Order: sequence, then structure tokens, then C-alpha cells
Amino acid sequence: MFKRILSGAFCIVTALGCWAAADDSVLTLATTTSTQNSGLLDHIHPDFEAKTGIRVKVVARGTGASLQLAREGNADVVLVHAPDLEKAFVDEGFGIDPRAVMHNDFVVVGPEADPAGLRAVKGAAAALKAIYDGQQAFVSRGDNSGTHVKEQDLWRASGVALNEKETRLLSKGETVSFTQVAPKGDWYFSIGQGMGPTLSFATEKRAYTLVDRGTYLAFARCEEPKTDLVILSEGDPVLMNPYSVIAVNPEKFPSLNYQGAKQYIAWLTSPETQALIASFKVGGETLFHPDVKP
Amino acid sequence: MGTLADALRNAVGLIVSLDADLIEYAGRSLYIALVSTCLASMAAVPIGILLAERAFRGKRIVVTVLNTLLGVPTVVVGLLVYSFISRQGPLSALGMLFTVPGIITGEVLLILPLITALTLTAVARLDRDVRRTALSLGANEAQALWAVFRESRFGILAAIIAAYGRVVGEVGIATILGGNAAGFTRTLTTAIVLNVEMGYFERALALGLVLLGLSFTLNIAFQLLQGGGRGQ
Repeated sequence: MFKRILSGAFCIVTALGCWAAADDSVLTLATTTSTQNSGLLDHIHPDFEAKTGIRVKVVARGTGASLQLAREGNADVVLVHAPDLEKAFVDEGFGIDPRAVMHNDFVVVGPEADPAGLRAVKGAAAALKAIYDGQQAFVSRGDNSGTHVKEQDLWRASGVALNEKETRLLSKGETVSFTQVAPKGDWYFSIGQGMGPTLSFATEKRAYTLVDRGTYLAFARCEEPKTDLVILSEGDPVLMNPYSVIAVNPEKFPSLNYQGAKQYIAWLTSPETQALIASFKVGGETLFHPDVKP
Repeated sequence: MGTLADALRNAVGLIVSLDADLIEYAGRSLYIALVSTCLASMAAVPIGILLAERAFRGKRIVVTVLNTLLGVPTVVVGLLVYSFISRQGPLSALGMLFTVPGIITGEVLLILPLITALTLTAVARLDRDVRRTALSLGANEAQALWAVFRESRFGILAAIIAAYGRVVGEVGIATILGGNAAGFTRTLTTAIVLNVEMGYFERALALGLVLLGLSFTLNIAFQLLQGGGRGQ
């Protein structure tokens, strides 16, 4: 009886394994929530799928998590926006063939009434300092995403008192640690969610938040606007937000769809796709600016 | 397998060091589960007893609806409550979205049908004569219903424990109505999802083990209690 159950279970697991087996017609892209939530990927991916017959499986998480997925061999290619994290990823030998793809920029949004007075100050770090001084509600991604990394850089630059929190844990037998900084106060909401939910949270709480312009426009300029927050700080050079595409090294994980990743990178940086990216507009504004010079 | 060993050691490490985050998440999860279960029980247990003891027109329909509600997905409850308490909703003035009371509202609605239906079953299983015997012995209606409650108390307690288990491990309502704000509404379950999404799998697993402990403890206490009850 026990043998029967065991062999039955074995059959089921084998069948599930075959069902889920990797095949070359699917490419797993780990990317940030901003490319997904803004609608860009839905705009450009049909072209790739039509041209190559490869279906793109998009896993949208923060940049940190996307790179972590790739380090574990769970993604074929990444499209992310945190230059420092990307450099480490390539230096460790996990990422190969990095290419700049496009950029947009971050903006600080908040309620029209602007209780912290962001309109009166110049620069992004000064804007965050104004929020701190005014103790006004601020919503943070808090998820180690590219946006969250940028936000922490801005808080460090703002010179306000920060809490540094280091968390250690065992991973694959080694102790690893990660650090998050955040200002202290019950006006600071770290919600650990994607860009879309974060913007919704800020809208509900009448709070300020740091958001990439693409996601913000997709929320604010659509037919039924999902946010009534307005841009209160923009244009500071530090708010530049460049996106790169990086293949995951097949020498680390031979089962990866490296051919598909190469095709994807070639397609994404081709003049046609770059034009397609530039043509993606919401409310008449271009959300992502192509970075490959023809 | 190494991952699981790491997770166990992480979990022990978190508990032994009384990790501040862990205490916060576990405390909030426990608080939400206990308050939701108490609130829901106060309404659902009397309703369940009355439904079982009273005969009335349309009782079968009520019971059918109740049993159907047992299958309502948690995210749907979350979305429904969200639509009422969000800024566009009719109850926006209460300011309950992304607060612990907001989460509790959703959880209570989730488990009301569960406790009611299980109480009804527990009472219906009882000998029908309990109430009549009590009445014939000179009890008034309220005392007779109290006798029914006493006789089916373990079944009712099992219903409450089941509801507690459902709330403590629930993630859909906690995310939609709570928003996973650190220091405000982050619970064990939403913290686990976040750690997975951030790529800290071992930490997520460690929190998962703590969650298991939290949901088992009450069940074990109940088993012991029931064992004691049988012995009398």
C-alpha cells in the first residue's frame, strides 16, 4: 500500500516536472514594477513575440529582488534601474552583456495643497528635508527596489537624522546582512510594495512619495485618473533614472535560455524597438526616452 | 535542504534574540487574530445557536447561503471592504484604510459565516432534547439556550479555533486593507510575502516557522482543554 502511494506520488511529481520543464519558447524576464505598472512592457512585447515566437514571462519585482532572482538562476534576463546594484551583479559574474536601454526620471509627488512647501525649495534632497521638517506623511517603497535605493540616497543627501537598520541572516551557510536607512517618525510609511500600490497608498493617505515619472503619468493622465497627487519636485540631475538590460550568465546556470536572452537584448536595443519605446505615450507625454544612439 | 536548515537556525536566532521586527509582526498578527475572533464570535455564536434551535420559514435558504459564504475568497472580502473605506468609498470619513481596525473589519466579515455555520453544526449535532429537558425542569428560554451552549461548548470552541487559524494565516485581506506598512500594519504573513519579493527567502521561511508556531499553539491548547473536558 505504502509502495503504491509512493509510486503514485512519484508519477505526479514527474508529470508536474515535465509540465513545468524549461523550453526555449519562453523567456523569463525579471524586471522592475515600474516597467510593468506603467504599461510599457504590454506596449512593446507583442512585437518581440511576433518576431521571434518567444513568449516573455515577466516577473515584476523591485530591482534588488529581480537581481536576486537572477542570481538564483530563476530568470534569463533582467531589465532594471539601479546602476550600483547592476555593477555588483556584473562584477560577481552573474550578469553579462549589459546594455543601456532607456531612461526616465524620478519625481516627488504630493497633494496639491503641498503642506510641506516643496514648491518653495530647490533640489530633490531639499524637498525630502522639507517633508522631514514639516513631519508630513511620506510613503516609501521599502522593498530594496531601484526607486527605494534612490530614495535612501536622497535621504542620506538631505542631512536629516536617519535610522540605520541592519538585518543579518544565514543564507546558504553564510551570514549576509542588508541595511536600510529611513528617517524616524510616525509620518514615514515603509510599505514594501510595488510602485503602483505605493502611489495608491500615497494617494489615499494624502502623502508625498518618490515615483518614476512613467508610472506617475500612467496613473495620473489616463482616462480615469488613479491619483490626484501632483508633481512638486522635478528636474534635479540626481533624479535621472537609467534602465539597463542584462543577460544572466549561462556558465552559472546552463539551463538558462541564453539564446533567447541574446535575442531579447538585440531586439530591445534595435532602432525599431527604440522607436517603439519612444512612441509609448500616456496623455501625450513620452514615458521612457530611448538611450541607444542610432 | 540547506535552505530549510538555514531557515530553522534563522528562526531560532530571531526568537532567541527577541528580534524587534519579529516581535512587532507576531504581536500584530496575534492581536488582529484574537480581536477579530472575539468580535466575530460574540455575534456569530448566538446567531448560530438560534439558527439551530429555532424553526422558521426559509431556514434552509439561510443555511444554504451561510454554507456558500464559507467559500468566499479572502481577496474578494478585502476588495469589498476596500471599496467602502477608500477615499472614493462611502465610509471614507472613518479613515480606516491601511489601519489595523481596517484589517480587523475585513477579517471579522470573513469569519462571521465560518463561526456561525460551525456553531450551527455543533448545536444541531446535539441531542434535540437538551433544550426541552431544560425547559421541563423549569428553566426559562434564556437558561435553556445557555444549557444548549454548555452542552455544545467544545464544538463551538472548535469553530472559534478554526476561525482564529484562518485569520492568523490570512494574507489577502491583510495586504489589501492593511497595505503592509512597516510599524503600522505589517503582519507576519505580509512580511513573509515581502521578504520573498525582496529575495530574502531564508528570512521569509524563518518568519513562516514562527507563524506555524503561532497557529499551532492555540490548537494544542484546545486539544489539551478538550482532553481535560472528556476526563470529567
